[in-house]
Amino acid sequence: MMLIECPWCGPRNETEYGYGGEAHVAYPSDPSALNDNEWAKYLFYRQNPKGLFAERWVHSAGCRRWFNAVRDTVTYEFKAVYKPGEPQPLKTTNAPAQGGTK
Amino acid sequence: MAEQVLTDISVLRTSPLAHLASALEQGSVQGERGVKLREIAFTTQIGVRAEPGTEAHAALSAATGVGLPASVGQVAGNPEGTAVIWSGPDEFLAVAPEGTELFADLVQALGQAPGQVVDLSANRTVIELSGPSAREVLEKGCPADLHPRSFTAGTAITTVLGPVPVVLWKSAEDTFRVLPRASFADYTARWLLDAMAEFASAPID
Repeated sequence: MMLIECPWCGPRNETEYGYGGEAHVAYPSDPSALNDNEWAKYLFYRQNPKGLFAERWVHSAGCRRWFNAVRDTVTYEFKAVYKPGEPQPLKTTNAPAQGGTK
Repeated sequence: MAEQVLTDISVLRTSPLAHLASALEQGSVQGERGVKLREIAFTTQIGVRAEPGTEAHAALSAATGVGLPASVGQVAGNPEGTAVIWSGPDEFLAVAPEGTELFADLVQALGQAPGQVVDLSANRTVIELSGPSAREVLEKGCPADLHPRSFTAGTAITTVLGPVPVVLWKSAEDTFRVLPRASFADYTARWLLDAMAEFASAPID
């Protein structure tokens, strides 16, 4: 059992949370211009790094808000949590695009 | 044939735990390890949403008469009158005794501004667990930190009790109000009765 820090509620049990996959996957600026291959890449293709990884989590049994977290995929340790729109406190391979926070 | 008109439909209401009323009474334990269970039925509950810092938030805050809580755990007001529980950064649950004008006041205060005022009175029921052993009973199935150093009287959190999502409100010292959805009320009450059973006998050394 593990405690995860919600940016709004503080530390709560991991059973209160839901996992939302990789963070900072930018929505295509012109989706209709994408071919099937590119659309599939956007929808389904995700990084699987060893080490620090930015992810989306939702505090579904608490305040029901989404937030971002940097987690070490080797140790499962949460290194940082940050609200959507806030700058990423720790650098990861899937960092938000230059100047963007999404 | 004379037509029968029911003028007060409230006589037809049944609270979610009405069928367990005697079980709650019999399951309650007296004494220094005591723990008591009862339902507080038919409270007025209103879901309120407004972004802090906006005019709508200020207007709703004034209309509740007790303000809106600012952060997690906080409860504005008191358990006997109107209380507003923090359930998210822009989401609140107002709980008041039956028969208040709170809903109409809040709807009027919000007006056409962005936000939400919804009557949720039938959504959740209030189960009150009180007594010296109340915290021990809850700790059997609630993963949140319920120690008095972090969960003080007059605070409330949204969490889970066993598998049931609940609002857990410490309304006074040794008194907890558990607010499960109406459809989970029967299960939650039976779960609590089962958890309370051991306190009826002397502790095993």
